[in-house]
Amino acid sequence: MYRYDEFDHAFVRQRVDQFRDQVSRRLSGELSEDEFKPLRLMNGLYLQLHAYMLRVAIPYGTLSSRQMRCLAHIARTYDKDYGHFTTRQNIQYNWPALKDVPDILMDLAAVEMHALQTSGNCIRNVTADQYAGAAADEIEDPRVWCEIIRQWSSLHPEFSFLPRKFKIAVTGAPNDRAAVAVHDIGLRMVRNEAGEVGFQVLVGGGQGRTPVIGSMIRAFLPKRYLLSYLEAILRVYNLLGRRDNIFKARIKILVQQVGAQVFADMVEDEWQHLKDGPVELPDGELERIQAYFAPPSFEPLPTLHAGFVEAKDRDPAFAAWARSNLADHREPGYAIVNLSLKPVGGVPGDATSAQMDTVADLADRFSLGEIRVSHEQNLILPHVRQKDLHSLWQELTAVGFATANIGLISDIIACPGLDYCSLANARSIPIAQQISTRFAELDRMHDIGELKVKISGCINACGHHHVGHIGILGVDKKGEEFYQITLGGDATETAELGRLVGPALPYDKVADAVETLVDTYLEHRQGGERFLDTYRRVGLQPFKEKLYATH
Amino acid sequence: MPKHVVTANRLIDGAVVYLTDCGGWSERIQDAIVADGKEADAALTAAADRAVADCIVVAPYLIDVDTAADSSVLRALRYRERIRSDGPSIHPEFAKNLKG
Ligand code: SF4
Repeated sequence: MYRYDEFDHAFVRQRVDQFRDQVSRRLSGELSEDEFKPLRLMNGLYLQLHAYMLRVAIPYGTLSSRQMRCLAHIARTYDKDYGHFTTRQNIQYNWPALKDVPDILMDLAAVEMHALQTSGNCIRNVTADQYAGAAADEIEDPRVWCEIIRQWSSLHPEFSFLPRKFKIAVTGAPNDRAAVAVHDIGLRMVRNEAGEVGFQVLVGGGQGRTPVIGSMIRAFLPKRYLLSYLEAILRVYNLLGRRDNIFKARIKILVQQVGAQVFADMVEDEWQHLKDGPVELPDGELERIQAYFAPPSFEPLPTLHAGFVEAKDRDPAFAAWARSNLADHREPGYAIVNLSLKPVGGVPGDATSAQMDTVADLADRFSLGEIRVSHEQNLILPHVRQKDLHSLWQELTAVGFATANIGLISDIIACPGLDYCSLANARSIPIAQQISTRFAELDRMHDIGELKVKISGCINACGHHHVGHIGILGVDKKGEEFYQITLGGDATETAELGRLVGPALPYDKVADAVETLVDTYLEHRQGGERFLDTYRRVGLQPFKEKLYATH
Repeated sequence: MPKHVVTANRLIDGAVVYLTDCGGWSERIQDAIVADGKEADAALTAAADRAVADCIVVAPYLIDVDTAADSSVLRALRYRERIRSDGPSIHPEFAKNLKG
């Protein structure tokens, strides 16, 4: 994985020193809150409902065991012994004291991590497919490009003060696990007819108040031009994006206003000036960064390990887990293992320091020291030998990470909501807890099949509700928590926005409503249809009728 | 008109605090000084502004409280403020408002 060079180390340390000085000037009264706020936000430090909140970037969702141990150490030493993995491949600490934050940032710097670009109107932490570098369906490892984008964007003065925050996601596989269509820029690695690898470029996707599926503005961009092309997009946006109205400042609004084709033409024009210019990667740079992502040394193994097959035959609980929580690895004899951070009745995405330490140990013993974090708020051990799966599963069971529910109804994305977030209208986490408790029974969950429930506590949509098969949005009705339900959202390569089913429901009716929707799906399901397939075939009406007949 | 108390976050650690009658700040809403009427509100706001200038708290504001049922128990009216005073609903063990 990527290792900081001298420049990165010096840069991050210098930023920590600067912030230490700023914090001490704030505490002594030399800086007012108005002066300090933008400085703390540039360092990922928010003030939330109960306390400060520190958001730490996990670039493209990749962590080493050493870094995970540092995250555990921070939770234990400076926080209430847990952290929250978010939908943007970050970890948030909910209770750090301002006076401790410079020390936390120094500890992070020691393991090559930071909280820069996790706030503010800059290019945010670039996100990627959580299976990057391991997935069987991958064309190329997208993290190489995420890292190139990270380096380009971290230091780019022109892009530190954009009209609004700017999010880029990259997938190297045709099966989109990174939700690239709902990012300001989504990049999909594709092959052209000549077999060369490049990017399909989507622009203007996003969630929030005005959800939009990104428009494809280039079907194939040769890889070497990525930076000049991105720079062209950002320049057009920076020039034309609205800075006068926060709700209209995202690139998606601009793309909607001028039209995707016109926007594409403007980018193309701008690009002609930049192409082959100084912004392109210097010779050797791609190779230098690629070397950091060289595949680890895998053992030569048979495609299928007999012991793994036998264990599944012998042990139905293990078989159920293997069915939902494993993904195909590119190397024979290996598997990608999802660790569910969604135990029944638990808080989606939360992990204690002890759990983080255990994951780090398991990564060292079973996954070549590597860990991944998904935007769906789970952890991944990317490189596990099939022959180790049964032992690993037993250990994961002991630590509470073996719930066999990945992609199923209880694998819910939930934002922090009103339990933590100062922008929230309503709570998200307890709704997730109620639903996962309601559908706790494993056989039923597996029978229902793939079903993505996503919950946001306000229209900012951090819980991705617009692209949930069932999306749940908290709204405020005269000081009471109410929830709107949308159906048919999809964050993958067949991306779609969910449609509102009807009037919002009160807090204590949401789990019942989800059950009614699931029952309606099961009534109409044909063959092996997933919830989304049935919904697409029968439409909103049957769900709506059932839901509002019973409520 | 509902009565008010002043809440803020403590600068050094971000903790939710309430202005008390001796001009200090407490983590328990129970300890808060209650303002009844515009003049009392203004006096509390002025005290809070001084605490901002003195780097004790940030972002103070008045919240509505319910004293009707039992004047010895202070409760925020809005749900958001109840979560602030009581801690996350999913972590009852973090509640600061426990008796004692
Ligand atoms: S969706 Fe709203 S409530 Fe949830 S974390 Fe984002 S801003 Fe907060």
